[in-house]
Amino acid sequence: MNFFREITQKPWLTTDGPGGEIRDHGAFALPKATVGVRVFLVVVTVLFSLFAVAYSDRMAVADWRAMPEPWLLWPNTLMLILGSVALHGASLSARRGRMDDLRSRLCLAGAFSIAFLVGQALVWRELFALGYYAADNPANAFFYLLTALHGLHLLGGLGVLAWTVTRIYGGLEPEKFKRSVDLCAVYWHFLLVVWLILFGLLLFT
Amino acid sequence: MADIVPTAVDDIPSAEVAEVDLYHARSWWTKYVFSQDAKVIAVQYSCTAIAIGLVALVLSWLMRLQLGFPESFSFIDASDYYQFITMHGMIMVIYLLTALFLGGFGNYLIPLMVGARDMVFPYVNMLSFWVYLLAVAVLVASFFVPGGPTGAGWTLYPPQAILSGTPGSEYGIILMLVSLALFIIGFTMGGLNYVVTVLQARTRGMTLMRLPLTVWGIFVATILALLAFPALFVGCVMMIFDRVLGSSFFMPAIVEMGQQLSYGGGSPLLFQHLFWFFGHPEVYIVALPAFGIVSDLLSVHARRHIFGYRMMVWAIVIIGALSFVVWAHHMYVSGMNPWFGFFFATTTLIIAVPTALKVYNWALTLWRANIQFTLPMLFALGFIVTFVNGGITGLFLGNVVVDVPLSDTMFVVAHFHMVMGVAPILVIFGAIYHWYPLMTGRMLDEKMGQFHFWVTFVGAYTIFLPLHYLGLLGVPRRYFEMGETSFIPASAQDLNAFVTVVALIVGFAQIVFLFNLFRSLRHGKVAGRNPWKAASLEWQTDDVPPGHGNFGEHLPVVYRWAYDYSVPGAPDDFIPQNVPSNAVAENHAEAPSAADGIEAPRT
Ligand code: HEM
Ligand SMILES: [Cu+2]
Repeated sequence: MNFFREITQKPWLTTDGPGGEIRDHGAFALPKATVGVRVFLVVVTVLFSLFAVAYSDRMAVADWRAMPEPWLLWPNTLMLILGSVALHGASLSARRGRMDDLRSRLCLAGAFSIAFLVGQALVWRELFALGYYAADNPANAFFYLLTALHGLHLLGGLGVLAWTVTRIYGGLEPEKFKRSVDLCAVYWHFLLVVWLILFGLLLFT
Repeated sequence: MADIVPTAVDDIPSAEVAEVDLYHARSWWTKYVFSQDAKVIAVQYSCTAIAIGLVALVLSWLMRLQLGFPESFSFIDASDYYQFITMHGMIMVIYLLTALFLGGFGNYLIPLMVGARDMVFPYVNMLSFWVYLLAVAVLVASFFVPGGPTGAGWTLYPPQAILSGTPGSEYGIILMLVSLALFIIGFTMGGLNYVVTVLQARTRGMTLMRLPLTVWGIFVATILALLAFPALFVGCVMMIFDRVLGSSFFMPAIVEMGQQLSYGGGSPLLFQHLFWFFGHPEVYIVALPAFGIVSDLLSVHARRHIFGYRMMVWAIVIIGALSFVVWAHHMYVSGMNPWFGFFFATTTLIIAVPTALKVYNWALTLWRANIQFTLPMLFALGFIVTFVNGGITGLFLGNVVVDVPLSDTMFVVAHFHMVMGVAPILVIFGAIYHWYPLMTGRMLDEKMGQFHFWVTFVGAYTIFLPLHYLGLLGVPRRYFEMGETSFIPASAQDLNAFVTVVALIVGFAQIVFLFNLFRSLRHGKVAGRNPWKAASLEWQTDDVPPGHGNFGEHLPVVYRWAYDYSVPGAPDDFIPQNVPSNAVAENHAEAPSAADGIEAPRT
């Protein structure tokens, strides 16, 4: 769909003939779930961008004390990457109709993601133990806030993933779960990118 | 191409949208309570919004009582007054207007007007309502917690919002912030539906430029909301951190009652930017659906096509885009760089151009039209007058030098009640009178409606015009009472008392309206099909009120825009969108129903 061409039409002139030449309604040639997920990703992007703006604004004040980055964040990042890779693999096997691969890869992706979340929780525990509280410094508060928000988004994704898996076991038609798996993969890649940016923000500030 | 016989329509493959696997309710619960039908969700949204709106109305009476008759009510003290203001403002803007326009009208009208069977993600749509209801419940709960609801003002500016001097700083503010966050989550679920339904679920022939302006208004407003609400979400979450965990995102170093608080270094201005980055588009989130609906009401009830349809669409899109670059005009008095002030004043005044254009087009639509003074038309006319009025005071306030002395006076209160209080509410009323027959199959009572319109319209002016004057005198906003103030004459108090009496009368008229809504469910005149002789698709359904799945066996096919009224040469004064050219000559007083394709007009 070419938005600008669409909105320059003159609707009062363009009455269709009685039959065949009904106008195309000009939707995107995409499944609606795909469009939905893309719109959602735009919203989430806006959300995290605004956090990033707030972060850099607050960072400029003199009381900012950067936090140490626990080494555990690195293996966590690896988990998230592996989760993304597994889902990518899953969407390939869905396309090729390899059901066994598909199931194992989906479960693997779920496992890596859960590992990531558990890892993040451990990071929190470690930081608490070292006495880094949200009240002490905005850098700490941002760390907890952003990791929590990112984790919640991943948790939501896991919910959808679990639902997809149960539906696949329940014998959903391939056409449909192919799309679901694809969209899960897109969402995971997106959250991976968000995480990498957040991680970068934490590392370099 | 021209000689294709009508029966050829059967060969046209139906669009993808026809194959929506429709959700079917299996029990009473899933049909009426946990329903996934957009029409039921619309009614749920609307009833909840109106119910919580009534709370805001009652709060406005209490505030007016205090302002009109200070020191007469022992049950209203200064803290109460702040709480009333805050809850009134927040409920009206977010929980009533936003929810009603998008969740209510959006859900009901989008699928019907674009020719779809339902929203594209019905399950998510259902969740959207339940999360909204939860948000409302949390909001209401704040009335009952120790300390009561927050009194921080609907703008919730930190640091005062969470300091102990502000009423409700114990629990009220937390519940308010949580409720807003929930509202935003719920809205996002609904918003995805509205946008994707408009983009992807239009029926065959329904190009973007054949959408009724109502859909355009709601569509663009939803996009604004999806992009603007995250800013409020960020602000809310960060403030929850400050309040609950003691972080200092927004909180500067503060000495409270001689004690140094543990806060320090935070930036209250950051919150103001976040808030108004949401807050200004919010004005248009409410205004754009109103613009769209009014355009349709005018066109139908003046039996004339809307003047300058393309310009109307472009204006909606341009206003939507511009509304993201004007937010700091709410912060002229916050000590910003004068060049910023200059920039934001300029963008603010530029928005007046497409807005004025819309007003001209409405006026030209009415020019020499066959105006029917029905209730929806009266309310639509009332909207235009009020909106122009509020728009003009907006031009005053948009200029930094004029705004600085008027900021935080009753002039501002009068201004924003005109543009985003009275004006959209008038549209909502007009829309309810217009679509009630579709939703229930019955007309609302005309006499009660006339009473409702005249009292509300004249009353609103009697309330808010004097407030402009009080503002010019210097009466500040958000003041519990003025006491002896040298620059305010005693007569100002008489004026205030008068305004209060009128506000109570206007309130009474709303009760009459509610009574009308309930009574007409049973006793209203039976409307029949398409009582207003409207051309858009929502009136061309098989059943009135439309049943589950909206249309009959086949989705309607669209051959024209929604504004073919009084077309020269056509036997009727309107041509429904789903009537092809060669069927126009026939008597189509009853439009062909979707079920029988286009061959046979329904009997
Ligand atoms: C009969 C109708 C109404 C009456 C009598 C009324 C009255 C009032 C009064 C007395 C105030 C407080 C003024 C002050 O002391 O600062 C107020 C504030 C406000 N009202 Fe209304 N109002 C009405 C309808 C509405 C509607 C429909 C809206 C929807 C947008 C609205 C939005 C607000 C807002 C945003 C505030 C500011 C709250 C604040 O300062 O934090 N009002 N109203
Ligand atoms: Cu504004």
